[in-house]
Amino acid sequence: MKITRIGGIAALALAGALALSSCAANETPSGDGETTSDLSGTFNGAGASSQGSAQEAWIAAFQTANPDVTINYEPSGSGAGRDTFIAGGSDWAGSDSALSDDELAGDFATCAADTKALDIPTYISPIAVIFNIEGVDELNLDAATLAKIFKGDITNWNDPAIAALNEGTTFPDLAITAVHRSDDSGTTKNFADYLNKVAPEVWDADPADTFPYQSGEGAQSTSGVVDAVTNGTGTIGYADASKAGSLGTAAIKVGDEFVNYTPEAAAAVVADSPLIEGRDANDLAFQLNRTTTDPSHYPLVLVSYSIVCQEYADAAKAEFVKAYIGYITSAEGQQVAAESAGAAPLSDDLSAKVADAIASIK
Amino acid sequence: MTAAPARITAKRRLGDTLFSGAALAAGGFILLVLAGVAIFLIAQSIPAFLIDPAEIKGQPDSFWQYVGPLVFGTVWAAALALLIAVPIALGIALFISHYAPRRLAQGLGYTIDLLAAVPSVVYGLWGAGVLAPSIQPAYVWLVDNLGWIPLFAPPVSGTGRTILTVAIVLAVMILPIITALSREVFLQTPKLHEEAALALGATRWEMIRMAVLPFGRPGVISAIMLGLGRALGETMAVAMVLSPAAVISIVLTGPQNPTTIPANIALNYPEAHGSYVNVLIATGLILFVITFAVNSAARWAIARRKDFSGAN
Repeated sequence: MKITRIGGIAALALAGALALSSCAANETPSGDGETTSDLSGTFNGAGASSQGSAQEAWIAAFQTANPDVTINYEPSGSGAGRDTFIAGGSDWAGSDSALSDDELAGDFATCAADTKALDIPTYISPIAVIFNIEGVDELNLDAATLAKIFKGDITNWNDPAIAALNEGTTFPDLAITAVHRSDDSGTTKNFADYLNKVAPEVWDADPADTFPYQSGEGAQSTSGVVDAVTNGTGTIGYADASKAGSLGTAAIKVGDEFVNYTPEAAAAVVADSPLIEGRDANDLAFQLNRTTTDPSHYPLVLVSYSIVCQEYADAAKAEFVKAYIGYITSAEGQQVAAESAGAAPLSDDLSAKVADAIASIK
Repeated sequence: MTAAPARITAKRRLGDTLFSGAALAAGGFILLVLAGVAIFLIAQSIPAFLIDPAEIKGQPDSFWQYVGPLVFGTVWAAALALLIAVPIALGIALFISHYAPRRLAQGLGYTIDLLAAVPSVVYGLWGAGVLAPSIQPAYVWLVDNLGWIPLFAPPVSGTGRTILTVAIVLAVMILPIITALSREVFLQTPKLHEEAALALGATRWEMIRMAVLPFGRPGVISAIMLGLGRALGETMAVAMVLSPAAVISIVLTGPQNPTTIPANIALNYPEAHGSYVNVLIATGLILFVITFAVNSAARWAIARRKDFSGAN
């Protein structure tokens, strides 16, 4: 009696395990839909978590159009994504920074022998400086002041340096709490890169995924920073602009004007930035022009790349990558990213260059 | 007389063989799992001790300088949590076992058990979203008025996401474990001991001090150690609530707080690559050693007094 009962439970557990594991991540849709392409197979990408939510939307849309294709994107981080791609563990990589010269000098296991990889910008997101000060709705900051606030050199909102930039606004006598990311993040790296390029005399640390100074407060992930800024008093932080919600966002000084973020201004600074020199003509790695003085630019921006092969060892992968990266950089794909993740669509000029680069993939 | 009767040997039944075999397998399995975890941790940690420390986040001089603040933070947060939770837990347990009317005691017991079932991520959300902002004004007051005590040295945190907030959240999380176990132990006190104490003219409080607490001490220690284990290993709640920094500091209300090993792993693992992964696993090994030491100490404390109690 007992044994049969245990047997029944075991059978139930086994059946449950089978049922659960069989409906794992990527269900292949039944084949009889409107097949618009002859692409098929399973393809894997890995890398930047900043692209994560956009990738989910892109994959869903692309798989609907190409029912025989299964795509996996693992948001394991930019560095891990590049390592995986170089080692041949994935078909393309997402990365918040372009390949370094050292990485380009090595071999790429996924690519055909003696060919290199390309950086293709696919995801542009402005970073907003968010703040929460009672009675203050608008805030103007220049890079030096922003750097001093986050470094801990300016500790009170009534500091004359802040007042000088905000004529007509009265700031309370309130301690500043600068909130940064406590986890490693491409957002931190791009924020630090902006401060380091524009105000190097204040922000003397090399830009990295980790917040460099022992100052201010840390919070986990973008939503953690937004929560901390929302719930705190006299707080300031940085986050993907799409997540800023109803918080006040600071305008940053570009040239002689204070510029608030817009998707257009973010895309414009990327389009007008020079490419890193000495690389393949189709390698669209930008040397972001953080020190721009053109007030139609918003230089506090994160650019995330798709890293792909110039020439794939496997022709089927080349065909897929051309179709998929082509889709996500198309006007339609960029619109999907704008809706799902608040990204800034690529400018027309840049789109044309990207399309040429993708066409060159073999 | 006849020869001595033949020795009666127990008849081996199939069920006996099966059961003793299964029990042995289960006992061996747990050792195997533990050994597996230990081997994994040690093997994966070795590179962390060999690499150039400059590759570690924050460029410390050595691995030990990196892990030092984390060890301190882990032990400090858990100790603060115990300091808050233990008196309350023992109070609740005694109330349920010896003071409350039977019906109220039952309801209260269920409620406490229910607290233990709440997932830690929910406690994390509550700590970061509700507790931290609402307790922040109290921290401002503490720093303004008691700032001369090193524990409350200025500056004050602007968001309330401090190690004290974390300790309060952890205390709430370990409260049900300590309470439930202590309550069971207190209920085991022999009625004769209690009645003897009362018959000698002891008040109820004196009876508890003379009969219940000495009898329950090993069980209570074991309950506290289980709670401490959970506090040491808690990950999500700490990662979500704390504003971390690589510092050793006893300040309870400041913006720069020492973080804990599990929270540090949770925060950095997703984007870690290369040898930094080994460094994080090595910190996990250190945590493994700490919890091992704590549990051994607990077993020793219980074994020392086992003659005196039923709780072993």
